[in-house]
Amino acid sequence: MRVALFLTCVNDTLYPDTGRAVVRLLTRLGVEVDFPPGQTCCGQAHYNTGYRHEAEPLALRYADVFREYDAIVTPSGSCGAMVRELYPRLGARARAEGRGDTLATRLAPVIPKTYELTEFLVDVLGATDVGAYYPHRVTYHPTCHGLRSLGLGDRPRRLLEAVRGLELVELPGADECCGFGGTFAVKNPDVSAAMGVDKVRNAESTGAEVLCAADNACLMHLGGTMARLRVGMRPVHIAEILASTEQEPPR
Amino acid sequence: MSGMFVGMPAFPKAAHEVVGNQTLRGNLRHATHTIRAKRAKAVDELSDWAELREAGRRIKDHTLRHLDRCLEQLEESVTAAGGTVHWAADADEANRIVVELVRDTGESEVVKVKSMATQEIGLNEALEAEGIRAYETDLAELIVQLGKDRPSHILVPAIHRNRGEIRDIFRSEMGRWGRPAPQGLSDSPAELAEASRLHLREKFLRAKVGISGANFMVAESGTLVVVESEGNGRMCLTLPETLISVVGIEKIVPTWRDLEVFLQTLPRSSTAERMNPYTSTWTGITDGDGPSVFHLVLLDNGRTDALADQVGRQALRCIRCSACLNVCPVYERAGGHAYGSVYPGPIGAILTPQLRGTQSEIDASLPYASSLCGACYEVCPVAIDIPEVLVHLRERVVQGGPVTRAGNKVVLKPAKGHAAERAAMRAAQWAFGHPGVLRTGQRLASRSRRFHPRTLPGPGRAWSASRDLPTVPAEPFRDWWQRGHGGEEAK
Repeated sequence: MRVALFLTCVNDTLYPDTGRAVVRLLTRLGVEVDFPPGQTCCGQAHYNTGYRHEAEPLALRYADVFREYDAIVTPSGSCGAMVRELYPRLGARARAEGRGDTLATRLAPVIPKTYELTEFLVDVLGATDVGAYYPHRVTYHPTCHGLRSLGLGDRPRRLLEAVRGLELVELPGADECCGFGGTFAVKNPDVSAAMGVDKVRNAESTGAEVLCAADNACLMHLGGTMARLRVGMRPVHIAEILASTEQEPPR
Repeated sequence: MSGMFVGMPAFPKAAHEVVGNQTLRGNLRHATHTIRAKRAKAVDELSDWAELREAGRRIKDHTLRHLDRCLEQLEESVTAAGGTVHWAADADEANRIVVELVRDTGESEVVKVKSMATQEIGLNEALEAEGIRAYETDLAELIVQLGKDRPSHILVPAIHRNRGEIRDIFRSEMGRWGRPAPQGLSDSPAELAEASRLHLREKFLRAKVGISGANFMVAESGTLVVVESEGNGRMCLTLPETLISVVGIEKIVPTWRDLEVFLQTLPRSSTAERMNPYTSTWTGITDGDGPSVFHLVLLDNGRTDALADQVGRQALRCIRCSACLNVCPVYERAGGHAYGSVYPGPIGAILTPQLRGTQSEIDASLPYASSLCGACYEVCPVAIDIPEVLVHLRERVVQGGPVTRAGNKVVLKPAKGHAAERAAMRAAQWAFGHPGVLRTGQRLASRSRRFHPRTLPGPGRAWSASRDLPTVPAEPFRDWWQRGHGGEEAK
């Protein structure tokens, strides 16, 4: 099986540790993973801000770059949801605008082959115990697009529960949005910040050392809020927890 | 739409005030979380909720597809049952019709059932201008009216008020409108309810004209339906001699049988009840039973324009349950007034810009009043994909394009104030189209990282005023990958 990593532009630029963790984790599980260098951005920020036409070339680039692979794995619920939920919509809208089936046809092959990381682990590899070791108290925030668009359900939780040494504590109001919302964070900064503070306070109340999520964009917002509030917790992407072992603790 | 919202600031500015008001934030958090939990419980009781939701969506979509025929059938049925049907293209026309109808009765006051359509058109203000006093009889609407306030929730319009504030309003204002509040009125719910009963009772018994909306209109029988909790609606619908109902054209269902679905989904979604306490239905007029004159004013006011939009038309499925408001994290923190419309919350953010257009500052800001978290879509009993419509309307704001306004096809220009954003989006698109350019940018950011400020100036402050910036790593992932082709040897 040829597996490609779609790291996403945010992770590539700001969170390379998450990318390295995915590579280490998948390699440990016997999956050879490739990083096609032509990949850039899925176009989600464009699409969700109202620039659908600007998102189309980025979607086409994604389709071209990843066409040859059997599976495409991404450590981002929202970018995964962009491909799986919104690429079909891009094609349908182009058709409705009288631009034919070209866009839909070119995007179609990569859509079902795109998996969010925890989906790939649980559904494709059939693994919930990935042999990880992470001796910390962790609370998990299910990010909105992973939760509601992709329907990740309890997959991340099952993976975390199987990590040795990890104590998973319940996050109050877990399924409420953290307030990031892409350009929402700067277009409605007061509401976004208020949502972030409430999420951080809920996380703090669990006594966890680590706030875990499967999306670094949300963690960037929450981590920035934690730092500003001087809350003694750290945001960690689930890939970095699952990649860590006794021999190779997180860096 | 109602004049009381004219000149509202854009959503982010209005929300700014509320976010800092801890009392109001507390009221909203408590109220929305309570109803949210109760709704979830009421919905979980039904094993066929998903099927009911899908049935509701289909009935509404089918009706909207055949709206012309359904409306004509309704007009025939209502007329055959002794009612008179009037067609109003917009708010002004609807108000003119109602004013004329009230004038013809010779009366100078009316009692009102809680109705979103009459608020949407600003009917109370239009009647007032003609010397006709309209008394709201729903408890929360009464609080809003007495307090010269604006509604902030579809179902609970005074959700932003607490008990103490309500007592103060009753004490100081009831006397100006009729029977004053009892001496020594406390803020206990029972005393407040009794005060409003006494105050309203004289109005019910005196009124010769009642004005209502309707939750549903049945095309085949000409029956109108109002669901409510307090019984004030039943009073207004049965005691006056003349009943005037102002109803949006999308409130129609083809058959009586279709009500079976909505009479299950609406109360559970709105008040978290298995069944609402009062369901009133009436079909034209009946000798010796209820009003002897019945007028139905069918209101368009932008609905046909919304219907012409393939993506946006799903907003017309709305049954005004408010479930989306109660789960919305943005509504919870910004409050209803920030939406600048009688329709607040997620549904307001997609309905208002379609009914009023996207030309004003507030209306153009509404599609952005959402983090697109999808909680609204999840609870909607008629499966309106609110995030999909929000994004569609954002596109309309920033890119313009073809829309229907007042029945005419026009091409909108992109809204002003998005030039810098548009340039940034296009620049990003270009960079993302050239991986080499992206890598050069990433390397520049990495190499200059020691000089990055902790906070940003100008528009960047929207981020850094409340959040630290992420630290840029020493190198982007793609450089690490290309140096060592990934794998463990790359360490």
